[in-house]
Amino acid sequence: MYDFAYHKPKSVADASAAVKKASEGKLMAGGMTLIPTIKQRLARPSDVVDLGGIGDLKGIKVDASGVTIGAMTKHAEVAASADVAKAIPALAKLAANIGDAQVRNRGTIGGSVANNDPAADYPAALVGLGATVHTNERKIAADDFFKGMFETALKDGEIITAVSFPVAKKAAYMKFPNPASRYAMVGVFVADTAGGARVAVTGAGPGVFRVKDMEAALGKGWSADAVAGIKVPAGGLNNDIHASREYRAHLVTVMAKRAVAAAG
Amino acid sequence: MGNVKIGERVQRKEDRRFLTGSGRYVDDLQLARVTYAYFLRSPHAHAKIRKIDTSKAAASVGVVQIFTGKDVAEAKVGGLICGWVVKDKHGNPHKAPAHPAMAADTVRHVGDTVAMVIAATADQARDAAEKIEVDYEVLPAQINLAGALDPKAPQVHADAPGNLCYDWELGDKAAVDAAFAKAAHVTKLDLVNNRLVPNAMEPRAAAAEYDRGTGNYTLYTTSQNPHVARLVLSAFVLGIPEHKLRVIAPDVGGGFGSKIFIYPEETMLTWAAGKIGRSIKWTAERSESFMTDAHGRDHVTHAELALDAKGKILAFKVDTIANLGAYLSTFATAVPTYLYATLLAGQYTTPVIYCNVRAAFTHTTPVDAYRGAGRPEATYVVESIVSKAAREMKIDSAELRRRNYIAKDAFPYQTPVALTYDSGNYAPILDQAMKLADYAGIDARKAAAKAKGKLRGIGVCSYIEACGIAPSAVVGSLGAGVGLWESAQLKFNPTGNLQILTGSHSHGQGHETTFAQIVSDKLGIPLDQIEVVHGDTDKVPFGMGTYGSRSLPVGGSAIMKAADKIIAKGKKVAAHLMEAAEADIVFENGTFKVTGTDKAVPLGQAVFAAYVPHNYPADLEPGMDENAFYDPSNFTYPSGTQICEVEVDPDTGVVDIVNFVAVDDFGNIVNPMVVEGQVHGGIVQGVGQALLENAAYDEKTGQLISGSYMDYTMPRADDVPSFKLGYEVTPCPHNPLGVKGCGEAGAIAAPAAVMNAVRDALAAVGAQDRIEMPATPQRVWAAINAH
Repeated sequence: MYDFAYHKPKSVADASAAVKKASEGKLMAGGMTLIPTIKQRLARPSDVVDLGGIGDLKGIKVDASGVTIGAMTKHAEVAASADVAKAIPALAKLAANIGDAQVRNRGTIGGSVANNDPAADYPAALVGLGATVHTNERKIAADDFFKGMFETALKDGEIITAVSFPVAKKAAYMKFPNPASRYAMVGVFVADTAGGARVAVTGAGPGVFRVKDMEAALGKGWSADAVAGIKVPAGGLNNDIHASREYRAHLVTVMAKRAVAAAG
Repeated sequence: MGNVKIGERVQRKEDRRFLTGSGRYVDDLQLARVTYAYFLRSPHAHAKIRKIDTSKAAASVGVVQIFTGKDVAEAKVGGLICGWVVKDKHGNPHKAPAHPAMAADTVRHVGDTVAMVIAATADQARDAAEKIEVDYEVLPAQINLAGALDPKAPQVHADAPGNLCYDWELGDKAAVDAAFAKAAHVTKLDLVNNRLVPNAMEPRAAAAEYDRGTGNYTLYTTSQNPHVARLVLSAFVLGIPEHKLRVIAPDVGGGFGSKIFIYPEETMLTWAAGKIGRSIKWTAERSESFMTDAHGRDHVTHAELALDAKGKILAFKVDTIANLGAYLSTFATAVPTYLYATLLAGQYTTPVIYCNVRAAFTHTTPVDAYRGAGRPEATYVVESIVSKAAREMKIDSAELRRRNYIAKDAFPYQTPVALTYDSGNYAPILDQAMKLADYAGIDARKAAAKAKGKLRGIGVCSYIEACGIAPSAVVGSLGAGVGLWESAQLKFNPTGNLQILTGSHSHGQGHETTFAQIVSDKLGIPLDQIEVVHGDTDKVPFGMGTYGSRSLPVGGSAIMKAADKIIAKGKKVAAHLMEAAEADIVFENGTFKVTGTDKAVPLGQAVFAAYVPHNYPADLEPGMDENAFYDPSNFTYPSGTQICEVEVDPDTGVVDIVNFVAVDDFGNIVNPMVVEGQVHGGIVQGVGQALLENAAYDEKTGQLISGSYMDYTMPRADDVPSFKLGYEVTPCPHNPLGVKGCGEAGAIAAPAAVMNAVRDALAAVGAQDRIEMPATPQRVWAAINAH
């Protein structure tokens, strides 16, 4: 690793100021992506601003309107929350299957969402449930938050404070893991929400995306058969030694079917 | 811990240390005035080095010295050697292109060593390496094996035209052709045996010290065979006399073959330590392990099997291209020849066999022995084609095997491919495996799976292996540059406890327990009074190390011989102490007794008398310290049958192993728990090859695509079921323990067992001939959907 300056501010305002001031500043939440890339000399930040000292960013709140999760809440905490499991069981289950035990006890929802790894699980939940990303500056709808690969709507110095999820009538997430890394090679989150059926896919493309044809079909009648005949175009999907575009496109349909069935 | 017997499930003595983080590995060493090395590696598969500019790097903070390939060449450091000469079909020795410890003018694979930076810290060495400017002229590279022998392929070495290392054959081609002409049925098969990365848990590491006062060198290294490392470095590479070089392999975290070989890094460290007069340490990063540990397997094969109408095998012919990578690793030439073609008879009475192997250079990481070394490749060919023949002839695949087994009264059995099997009894193994696997119930399970949209399949693999690698005269006649005996020393202390010094090396196998267990049984000494010492050329008599499932059959036998010498000497001492005739002394349960009397002298008393010889035979040397060297008369021949059952999800291509049975004949078993561990680990590695692992290169650039655990699929606990194991015992007739070795069997048999099951499942949709290892979900799905 290369040398860098380390900061551990006590407030979001201080963190924002610190990262803005740095020449190549990086915010660090759980560090589950940043630390390995620094160790491998793939990242060379001048300053690392650790958000771990900001108490305001932690915790889970559940009320009638939905579930709000502080940005620095760890995956293991979401997975273990009885309140989350009761309000949106699919969300607790998704968190329980992120990475491995070590990652779940370090990695955070804010870090995962801000990093926007194309194979991460949380983006599918945010888009699938129509969540809202809260930052120190504004609220951003999930549909507008995720841009390209590893890109988001966040501006310089903007820090995620929480993510709020509306309660869905039913929802489920089905992940087909990459055999080696066990990241999502294809992950499909389906939800029957107040705003209609939503189908969000992670892992398959350069970023999370919705499948409107499946949403329309589920809007007419919620059943696995409704999505069974709907294929996403293979063209824009990821292609690697583990899965061709065509195989990924096929898996989107299979995982969507299974997710719809699992949601009940 | 009291006395233990052979056959007991004794808990491993070494595990407390390993499981509590108290092991002492090379990287744990604290050396005075130590420096750290970083190796700059080629990013290209094939390139000329036009110029290397180290001036900026040399000025970097903390740098002690930088060496390049040119420095090594100018210092006349010898190249790395291949220690086994294979003669081609015309009697000419294999092509042996130069293998410099650091590339001077040409790099030949991604990861080839270009410069060595030595600095005060590891980070400073790496910082400086980033400042080295190398001017490469990138050349076309030959990555793909199947095309390597094409006359138009880019050449890896000028002195190996056509990239051919050797064109070698074994067996009677004319007799095979004649038998094929008369066959009722011929089965043909094309196979790829996928390249694997060894992935020992501990990466390779080395530390070298030079003592200016004595001129002595010490090399700490992650080696499976420290004496052989010393011999090669002394006699062929560095010219340091053997008595001035001490090689220590302390705790080593796994090898699987990859730590047999002599690599550029430890060579450079030893040489450079003398040059700079300071200690140097290096530990591979995981990505370096992927790029530079010798890989395993990597064959392309066409095979044909001739059978009569009843399924009796008449003849077998095999044509293989084997990948050796960019340079010859230490034993690379032997693996696809004498460790491969000699096993093509399997467990069968195949009367005639012919095998042609062409070994090719490519611009990839060198390939050498990896758990099983040649024998998994042979077993995969034999057992895949036998199952295919059974399907084509509509004979049950277990039954076809049974019809061809060598009968139990036919041993010793001379195969048509050089080996003489010493013992075995194959049919009862199959019977037991079929019972454990509920082979008879497979049709019902297939129907139940079909009802829920799944494809079930069952696969059988009956393997044979030649291991306990030795005898010296045989391997010497086949081209080995070393003997393959083993040494042992039993060194008693005056207080009655003892050390077993062995030339074998444990890097996870449990020798500290197994070897102590056989001595505890033989000499009647409590287990905690016995210490096993290995891995230090200054402590242990010259030994040949651990590979080829040889430690117990060869190393254990040497220990038994040394123990016999202890008993013989002890008898003389005890006879003197009891004023009896030596002929009347018997040794039982750790005590010398005079037959027919109640007179007795415990071994400990005889030992004490030998070290405090106040009352002692006048013509006997003091001391109780015996050496033995053991060179067996034959290989050992473990055998067994594995049966694997899988369920394939045709929607996703996922293969789920639902049942796995392994019944083995390892001869006598010293510690069933250690054996189970070896079998479990071996099966998992075999499952890894069959379903998960693949060293995938970009065929243009030669970059290792699966160069990290993000892309190289290591087996995990949830990829395999609980295994059902069974044993049959036919003791090895030619070693004192009657043991055959168990380290490689699981990995040798499992790929064929798994793939036969996958093919059986895919046969329901006609896709059985469209799948290669690893049978990943994508490949299985593609096979099912290819029309």
